[in-house]
Amino acid sequence: MTLYTSTVRVAPQRSQAWKRTRESILYALGLPFVLLVLWGVWATVAPARFFPAPQVILEAFIDTWVGPAFVTDVLPSLGRLALGILLSIAVGTVVGTLIGLNRWLRELLEPLLEFFRAIPPPVLIPIVMLLMGITDAMKVAVIVFGALWPVLLNTIEGVRSTDSVMTETARSFALTRGERLRYLVLPSATPRIMAGVRQTMSVALILMVISEMFASSSGLGYRIVYFQRNYQIAEMWSGILLLGLIGVLLATIFSIVEKRLLRWYHGIKEVERA
Amino acid sequence: MPETLLKVEHLKKVYESATGNVEAIGDISFEMSAGELVCIVGPSGCGKTTLLKCIAGLLRPTQGTVELDGKRVTGPPPNMALVFQEYGRSLYPWLTVRGNVELPLRHKRLGKAERDGLIDDALAAVGLDHAANSYPWQLSGGMQQRVAIARAVAYQPEVLIMDEPFAAVDAQTRADLEDLVRRLHLERGMSILFVTHDIDESVYLGERVVVLSKSPTWVQEDLVIDLAPERDQISTRALPRFTELRTHVYEQIQRAKRGEAVRPGS
Repeated sequence: MTLYTSTVRVAPQRSQAWKRTRESILYALGLPFVLLVLWGVWATVAPARFFPAPQVILEAFIDTWVGPAFVTDVLPSLGRLALGILLSIAVGTVVGTLIGLNRWLRELLEPLLEFFRAIPPPVLIPIVMLLMGITDAMKVAVIVFGALWPVLLNTIEGVRSTDSVMTETARSFALTRGERLRYLVLPSATPRIMAGVRQTMSVALILMVISEMFASSSGLGYRIVYFQRNYQIAEMWSGILLLGLIGVLLATIFSIVEKRLLRWYHGIKEVERA
Repeated sequence: MPETLLKVEHLKKVYESATGNVEAIGDISFEMSAGELVCIVGPSGCGKTTLLKCIAGLLRPTQGTVELDGKRVTGPPPNMALVFQEYGRSLYPWLTVRGNVELPLRHKRLGKAERDGLIDDALAAVGLDHAANSYPWQLSGGMQQRVAIARAVAYQPEVLIMDEPFAAVDAQTRADLEDLVRRLHLERGMSILFVTHDIDESVYLGERVVVLSKSPTWVQEDLVIDLAPERDQISTRALPRFTELRTHVYEQIQRAKRGEAVRPGS
């Protein structure tokens, strides 16, 4: 048989690849850089109390966060955030798979789930505070309660929409339940699940900050409010900067994991576009 | 006379819906012996796919029975493999070619060496041994259908059922795939039930052609194809006998479409 034809993808020349990377880095950093310069100029020309110059914020950033505050405030926040995200994903995918696979369970629970999702999670903080006190567990509970829904509902939808021909294939080859779950249902739901995880992560970050603003004596959210109340404006801005950086870091981790898990999915998209 | 492998008796399928019942299959009976290659043709919309799903245990017939190896089919039997028309939706895109062929073998109690041997052999049989580590979506349509065939071959079924497998590939690929099916049948003695809407294809491939009527379906004719077992795209299709047979089947299908053929016993 010589019918098989494959397109051999030759890796781009090293110098070219390097050039392209350099270009995209330039593009990515270009606009922020220009904005920073404008901001700096503006702050010198017309100093405003609540908008300190970027170099002032940068100094405050280093003074505030590099040092003991990293251990007392940043690490606990990150720990609660990570735990909240992992728990949300674990509970969301497991429960979502169960609900997605059982029709009666789905019909029973779906209206209820939609209702829970519609509740703005911060309003639960006072209740959870009453129930659990001002503890780490309470903050993690708030994060999970708010961040769970995107991944849960997307998993239900992803598991339910398994392709009918793929399911018939699995049935005709008499795949066991476990095999069907492992090799059919979960992989085919992964694009949906990952879309849910992406939302879950940003909701979790928001709830981490809010729960700390409400009831805490440590953490990023607490610190930002503290600086604001004490008119430490540059420090307050530096906290916001740090939150932004954490958000970018999360997004980067997510996209690395997603690229690995969904290589096939992006591959198909690429073939379809070509 | 070889033993009966597959026996379909008075099969009837009615789809019930809120807007009324639709009788897809009226009354189908036929038999297939071990080692045979039987083609089923019929006018479009005659319930070919419904029939196959009933035979494969994916659908429950309203009346009648399907027996495979003397055992009544109530769910998907373990000694049967299917090749679907929609190869793109039948192969799992997150598995490599090899992974797809291996999947149905996982729960068969086989040693690693034996399993690998089956996979290698099946991939070689369809001419894809060099593409084992590619993903299905990196291959052309014809290649993907070969993967689906390899998966069925490695499964070592007693009967292979193919549901219009080449309807979605181009004509040249189709000819190659038809020859592949003939070769699997001759060299490996595989029993194959091949459903198609293509009259020429049914006569070229089959040793018997079962012509179905229009819906509600019954068997309008069970025709023996008396062509030599060694077939060739050019010379076989040029034979006068081939032309006679295809003309005959063609006329039967036309009659079926017009509903002229009269169902025996009615």
